[in-house]
Amino acid sequence: METTAAHDIKKHVRLYISVFIALLALTVVTVAISYLHLDITAAIFVALTVAIIKGSLVASYFMHLISEKKIIFVTLILTVLFFVVLMALPLFSHSDQVTSSNVP
Amino acid sequence: MEIPYTVTARADTGVNNAKLGVWLFLASEVMLFGALFTSYILLRTTAPEWPKGYEILNVPLATLNTAVLITSSITMVMAWASLMMKNFSKYKIYMGLTIILGLAFLVIKALEYGPKFSHGLYPSTNTFFAIYFTLTGLHGLHVIGGMIINSYFWGPGSKMWSTDPQRFTNRIEVAGLYWHFVDIVWIFLFPTIYLV
Repeated sequence: METTAAHDIKKHVRLYISVFIALLALTVVTVAISYLHLDITAAIFVALTVAIIKGSLVASYFMHLISEKKIIFVTLILTVLFFVVLMALPLFSHSDQVTSSNVP
Repeated sequence: MEIPYTVTARADTGVNNAKLGVWLFLASEVMLFGALFTSYILLRTTAPEWPKGYEILNVPLATLNTAVLITSSITMVMAWASLMMKNFSKYKIYMGLTIILGLAFLVIKALEYGPKFSHGLYPSTNTFFAIYFTLTGLHGLHVIGGMIINSYFWGPGSKMWSTDPQRFTNRIEVAGLYWHFVDIVWIFLFPTIYLV
């Protein structure tokens, strides 16, 4: 039992190192792309895409989400839901602005 | 009285209490940073003009800090893995490295803040700097918090390894969850503040 666990961990360690190298590589990629000075929409799209990949790698492997119990996912799904609402607030404010036409 | 479920998993949740507790705390942290992030979006999209981060901020220093923080994440996970392999001396080395890398992050951050202050750039200067200092400053406070926790587990807290090794290993795992979360926050702050 002990030896199996230790063996599994050794396999994990190799995976952690691969993830680490991927994270460093993606950092170089995102900085390199920023020097191209793309227009703002493209730049934000690229920056967020790379950040989401990097964040998912950290959460999946370093935080062991890839093999986590259901209760943790339930907690996180709820968090994501609230987070999306939070991010949508600026959109709501855009669609309901005070302008000269709707001020009594 | 013993704190329940520090080692064994609860039957109904399937995890030990410390792990669920820390994940719930991280959920609240997502909302804290999320609120500031949504404020950033609102302020930036409604501003008549907004400077490009890379024109004002020190991208090379921030890139170096990204590498430092990512490296501290791998040393943190290696600290936990060392305990899983029953190697306490390796744990001490990796946890020590994690703390030193946290300190390096703060020193580099200070090198970044210093010239800003000496050029008269403060949170009160404009909305850009208000957002920049609030988000990176709050993140820096989280790094300091993590270093305090990690230092305790490196020093006096590590005595638990000889009395209750499994519980200690679980503590390092959940301390790691927090530390990796702080890394993820930076992974999002760095491109959205410095690179666009």
